Amino acid sequence: MKGSSQKLAPYLFIGPSIILLTLFSLLPILLALVISFTDMDLSGLVNYDSIRFIGLENYKNVLLDPSFIKSMGNTLFFVIIGVPLVLLFSLSIAILINMGKSRAFKIFRVVFYLPSVTNVVAVAVVWSYLYNPTLGLFNYVLGLVNLSPVPWLTDPTVAKISLIVLAVWRGIGLNMIIFIAAIKGIPGSYYEAAQLDGANTWQQIRYITLPQLRYAIFFVSITTMIGWLQFFEEPFVMTKGKPLDGTLTASLFIYNNGFQFSKFGYAAAGSFILFFAIIAVTLIQFRLQNKAES
Amino acid sequence: MNVKTAVQQARANSRSGEKTFQSFVAILLTVGGLLMVLPFAWMILSSFKTEGEVTQIPPTIWPQHFTLDNFKILFDSMAFGTYLTNTLVIVLASFFGLFLNAMAGYGFAKFKFKGRGFLFYLVLATMMIPGQVTMIPVYLILNQMGLTNTMMGIVLPGLVGAFAIFLFRQFMSDIPEELLEATRLDGAGEFRTFLQIVLPISTPILAVQAILTFIGGWNSFLWPLIIANDEKLYTLSVGLSLLKGQNESQFALQMAGSTFMVLPIMIIFIVFQKYIIENYTISGIK
Repeated sequence: MKGSSQKLAPYLFIGPSIILLTLFSLLPILLALVISFTDMDLSGLVNYDSIRFIGLENYKNVLLDPSFIKSMGNTLFFVIIGVPLVLLFSLSIAILINMGKSRAFKIFRVVFYLPSVTNVVAVAVVWSYLYNPTLGLFNYVLGLVNLSPVPWLTDPTVAKISLIVLAVWRGIGLNMIIFIAAIKGIPGSYYEAAQLDGANTWQQIRYITLPQLRYAIFFVSITTMIGWLQFFEEPFVMTKGKPLDGTLTASLFIYNNGFQFSKFGYAAAGSFILFFAIIAVTLIQFRLQNKAES
Repeated sequence: MNVKTAVQQARANSRSGEKTFQSFVAILLTVGGLLMVLPFAWMILSSFKTEGEVTQIPPTIWPQHFTLDNFKILFDSMAFGTYLTNTLVIVLASFFGLFLNAMAGYGFAKFKFKGRGFLFYLVLATMMIPGQVTMIPVYLILNQMGLTNTMMGIVLPGLVGAFAIFLFRQFMSDIPEELLEATRLDGAGEFRTFLQIVLPISTPILAVQAILTFIGGWNSFLWPLIIANDEKLYTLSVGLSLLKGQNESQFALQMAGSTFMVLPIMIIFIVFQKYIIENYTISGIK
């Protein structure tokens, strides 16, 4: 009796989670693949007979869609500028906080982490106000020092940069915490030895901290990059991809096609192209990392 | 000059150098920190201003006419009360999800069974699937189940998560086997062992996960937006984005909505930040 309940018990513990993950994570990815080869739209939702298998048609059309090409270009722009900025800021701040001897420096951890935990919609609403061309605080401050106003959200290129500023502000905290945790893991004896050899602070950072953080830097750059490749909420709330598709990201493109225009097959194909792009970029990162190691 | 005084001299120099350096670092971080909190300060201050004061140029920093009207409007003429209730329902449901995650973590940590390795890899694999790929099929699956536009449909897909299961498994692997054996010998069933022995021992990890679960539930946005057509089911985030779309020029109102969303999380975070930050240090990355 006891034996059989022992055998069943583990399945009862993991069962609910496995069922939910299968239903809402694993099955959907297979389903998405199937849908991406069909012309499924709103009518297909009611009547399955109207769904036609169209092979790679969606993939071809998405790849030729000027607005998808534009959205991929924008996404790339966000990744290329955003990822290094997040890395640079979160790493420098982590190192600075760690240099502080007094306990007061712990307050800085909270201050810099705060934007990361707060609601992205609320934050986007607040920044829209700060960026407002006539009423916004930013242009007002620029005016005080006699600088001309910046078209924060109304020029396609500036709007991209404005979104990057906001997302970097939000992205610093979590990564900084990861770096602080990693810095704490570096043995203190390394620094003591370096100090005996007369190494100054900068040399200690350059020759001990940074090499020891190699793995943390790699981890943060991968996760940050994946995050930026899926950049969605900020442009969705603040710009809706405007002006002139200047802030249209790949995720926004997929969302619009799927849930605004109900072109499920088309959107699914777009999502797989984004997925492959993410996998490709991640693999390249791993390749580069391995090369640097050897 | 003998060696002893030279060493003392050098120490004194480095001490004063160290002091200047420390204050330099502190100033740098303070400036950065002020830039981090500036948007929040501006948001909170503006939420207590009248609509007229918000559009005033030059802008005021401190509210001239302190008013709570904006918050009243959110609840009286907009449905923020309903949004709040919905958000709290989601938070509660996600705590149930947390319980399921803990169960799964325990199952993987403390039992040997057929397919354990395979199933665990399956769980981890779900972490790598981007939301964009699954959101359309999940919508279709829920539609098939007749759950679109229901609270169930909002809650169900996000109920369990691979990362939390993984963390629970890591933590629970360290629970001594003898302790569990002893309770079993006392005749306790597997589930009672879990409730009365395993969960209490796991308080540290449960606490961290509970805070993160609360923050996640409170902030939930994209999925409720997709699955709910009915305003009765909107969460605070969805309501706030709606408010921004419909009241483009009412900034004091928008700031009040944002303040209402952000302030509770800020308070919870500041109170419990030690646990969250320590969790990263514990689970650390090497």
